[in-house]
Amino acid sequence: MPIETDPSSQFSSFAHPERLVSTEWLADHLGEPGLVVVESDEDVLLYETGHIAGAVKVDWHTDLNDPVERDYIDGAAFAKLLGSKGISRDTTVVIYGDKNNWWAAYALWVFTLFGHEDVRLLDGGRAKWEAEGREYTTERESAVAVDYPVVERDDAAIRAFKDDVLAHLGNPLIDVRSPEEYTGDRTTAPAYPEEGALRAGHIPSAQSVPWARAVAENGSFKPVDELNAIYRDGAGLNDGDNVIAYCRIGERSSHTWFVLTHLLGFEGVRNYDGSWTEWGSAVRVPIVKGAEPGAVPAR
Amino acid sequence: MNEVLPEALEQIKDDFHALELRDRLQLLLEFSNELPELPSRYADHPDLLERVVECQSPVFIFVEIGDEKVVHLHATAPREAPTTRGFASILVQGLAGLTVDQVLDIPDDFPQDLGLTEAVSPLRIRGMTALLGRTKRQIREKTAA
Repeated sequence: MPIETDPSSQFSSFAHPERLVSTEWLADHLGEPGLVVVESDEDVLLYETGHIAGAVKVDWHTDLNDPVERDYIDGAAFAKLLGSKGISRDTTVVIYGDKNNWWAAYALWVFTLFGHEDVRLLDGGRAKWEAEGREYTTERESAVAVDYPVVERDDAAIRAFKDDVLAHLGNPLIDVRSPEEYTGDRTTAPAYPEEGALRAGHIPSAQSVPWARAVAENGSFKPVDELNAIYRDGAGLNDGDNVIAYCRIGERSSHTWFVLTHLLGFEGVRNYDGSWTEWGSAVRVPIVKGAEPGAVPAR
Repeated sequence: MNEVLPEALEQIKDDFHALELRDRLQLLLEFSNELPELPSRYADHPDLLERVVECQSPVFIFVEIGDEKVVHLHATAPREAPTTRGFASILVQGLAGLTVDQVLDIPDDFPQDLGLTEAVSPLRIRGMTALLGRTKRQIREKTAA
């Protein structure tokens, strides 16, 4: 039994307003049966310093990534993880986190790979919750384990691999990295560690739209008209477009995937999680340097 | 790895290894909370601090060499980056009172041996390796003069 959606008027103009909840809504619904709140952060210890009461922690790296292969966990591991967090297949999951919900959006995207239906973001994430003076607790996670079915991951709909991107050239690509990474001045986000890419630049024809442009100053998503100005007017996306977004390892582009899919209503948007750490080291793939998108190479 | 670690670091390592995974995170959080404030003479001189760019979050370090070639490591990182603060705090406590030679003798891959790799991920532990590396480099630069 899914929990009622947040009727807040600020979400009503989005394509899928049911994918967002406000801090007020969450505060009112905390503890309700059928709702599990998940915190997902860049810093693996941030949850321990204080979190929303009753929230469980899912770490993008230690929980969602396979420890050996560069891939996400499989259906059995996902079932074990979610069951241990007290999440059933029909649970309403609300995810929030640090850095404008950067990693929360990534977790939401991975949950979607497994077809978990009712998964929402807390608009504004930790920053807004804190700015409003709402409470945290340092109580240890205390979820009661439940059964979660083993559902195999379905990568086809929302995940793109390198070969998919090569076949996609000529269709819209959104590069959500920083301008410095896009032009090829550097291979990693400013002030972020080197994660290994041998070449710098961007995929030919990709439009540069740094992911955080979708976020307002208070950490919540910008209203739909501002988002349309960025992605439709600015990056030239049109209804019916088949879009692939990428960044460095697919986390920032999950955030853009959320914006395009759930807020602006584009269908079939895929996230290329191999992103620059794969493309920038792959042999004989086309790369463009500089501020211009560049032409689609002839095949 | 056969090298013998300085006593304080060996103790820290043993403490982590004695715990289950999720308790290791709690211990890292305790370290994080124990990171001392920068002495005011450095707080007013951000130019003296070196940024450790390999860490995900902003962390700055400064090494002083005192009497008898004793190393003093100072580090600062924001509250919202508890993992990085924890890494810095382990080094500040583990290196306290050691001499230049003792610090330079610490194996570069010591952070991977701490028992935290599984708890925080190998990617993140690299930040601590970089902290140690930059600490050693500052020591070499300062003792070469």
